Amino acid sequence: MRILCCVKRVPAPGAKINVTDDGLAVDASHLGFATSPHEECGVEEAVQITERHGGEVTVLTLGPPEAADQLRYAASVGAHHGVLVATDGSAWDPQRTAVALTDAIRGLEAADGPFDLLVFGNESADSGGFQVGVRVAYALGRPIVNGVKGIEVDTEAGGGVVRARREIDGGFEVYELPMPAAVGVKEGINLPRYPTMRGRLASKKLEIAEQGSDAEPGGQSLVRLHRPRETVTETVILGNSPEAAPAVVDVLEELGVV
Amino acid sequence: MLLVVLEHDRGAMDEAAREALTFGRKLAAQMGAPLHAALIGADDAELVSEAGAFGAEAVYTAVHDVLSDFGPEAWGEAAAEMIRQLNPGAVLAGGSERGNEIMAQVAARLDLPMVANCLEVDLNGGAGEWAITRQQWGGSLLEDARLVSERPLLTSGLHTLAAEQAEAAVEAVAQAVEVDLDPSLARTVVKDRVVLEAGVTLSTAPVVIGGGRGVGSPEAFAPLEELAAMLGGRVGCSRAVTNNGWRPHSDQVGQTGTRITPEIYIASGISGAIQHWVGAKASKRILAINIDPEANMVVKADWAVIADLHEVIPAITEEIKRRRA
Repeated sequence: MRILCCVKRVPAPGAKINVTDDGLAVDASHLGFATSPHEECGVEEAVQITERHGGEVTVLTLGPPEAADQLRYAASVGAHHGVLVATDGSAWDPQRTAVALTDAIRGLEAADGPFDLLVFGNESADSGGFQVGVRVAYALGRPIVNGVKGIEVDTEAGGGVVRARREIDGGFEVYELPMPAAVGVKEGINLPRYPTMRGRLASKKLEIAEQGSDAEPGGQSLVRLHRPRETVTETVILGNSPEAAPAVVDVLEELGVV
Repeated sequence: MLLVVLEHDRGAMDEAAREALTFGRKLAAQMGAPLHAALIGADDAELVSEAGAFGAEAVYTAVHDVLSDFGPEAWGEAAAEMIRQLNPGAVLAGGSERGNEIMAQVAARLDLPMVANCLEVDLNGGAGEWAITRQQWGGSLLEDARLVSERPLLTSGLHTLAAEQAEAAVEAVAQAVEVDLDPSLARTVVKDRVVLEAGVTLSTAPVVIGGGRGVGSPEAFAPLEELAAMLGGRVGCSRAVTNNGWRPHSDQVGQTGTRITPEIYIASGISGAIQHWVGAKASKRILAINIDPEANMVVKADWAVIADLHEVIPAITEEIKRRRA
């Protein structure tokens, strides 16, 4: 199995998200950066699939040179190769990002053969455009399903299929995608492992293939980020001990939910 | 014309579609254009008349073999084909998981920009340039964006407005649209469905009892379960809980979990980090139980009990039993 996993470097969210003075980015000076959660699970899933079926995982990211940290993190939990499409660090719109990733994947496939599976996060934790994976999969002619919280690869069934599970209210749906395929995964598909010491050491040696992109900006551009107006709530304190229970039940009765 | 793509599941309209129709009614008025709707894989009279109640003057329906159940590629191509034929000035869907997915499929197929989870859309005089405010970080941060497009593809932020029918209901006219779909699009149509539980689910429960790190262990959720069952509700939890493996991820309330909309959310032992708040904030009322009076969840709640949840939750259960006896 050759699996490609796309990840995004995002600020690690804390209690509050602050914006830089120019309003063009999240002030991450106190937050640090991480891999967007859905994609962290995507890497774990890809590694688990290769542990069961053999093969290799390539992790691809588009971002500033520092996004190499996220590729090294992926290597520390089992990914084999890392590719960085370097930007100047400005926010790229979804169309431009998708074109750049599509070009990069085409290049990788031309050099080393097609990927059996492309793994995307359902949406990035920060800008949340909900479209990059779908655009890339469409451009490459691969079937894609989003919202995936379970993957089973069956290499025996006619040319290979990916059975994907997606949560619905009170149950799940099953999709069966012919390989080569693509999925947009969500957190909860697995519980990502922590890097081992050995993994950390190996990740230091990861050779990162760096390339640029001449993708043109799309139709959407960022003007300004700002925090939503906070509604001030007057919190009524019902008590400071279990003695507050009758007051709580009064509230529940008033709302008609008892 | 503003075209709203209606999300439905086997003929049952999704709340996100009602929200999109409500959002779309205002946008259509701003555009000076009629509000129309697109129904994919269904032509039920009930769906058509409900769209009319929300102000849609015409409902275009596409029925085809590969649209027998939901399939992102088939639905995306059907919607794209309807757009090619109908030439709407803008297209909108609800910002649910499926709604965003369908619109992304449409955007890829028509090679147009798509803006997800919009809160405000301004025509800006209508010269093909739109000023949009949309959600980032699940709504914890807002983005003012500029969109240059002859045909904006948009979704409306999920649960950011209440679905409201039009003041004057319209008798929607149903009109079938012939869509020529390649049978190969069936490759991403739902193959099977497995129902694990009938009845109330986390996203529809009228009462949600939430537990966070403060609950302390998987076993310590039992009193929360008892109270939830007594109120016909469900137990939810924070990301810390699922990351510890105490509860399945399907119980998680948050940006990477479920967005809940109960009459009341009882959040116990939950500090209220941004990630959790995003999933909880559409609750109509919030009652926090926490030993920390400064906790974000307490500050944002309508009511709070500043005490140990392990004592308060059983006391609430006992009080309800006493009153019912």
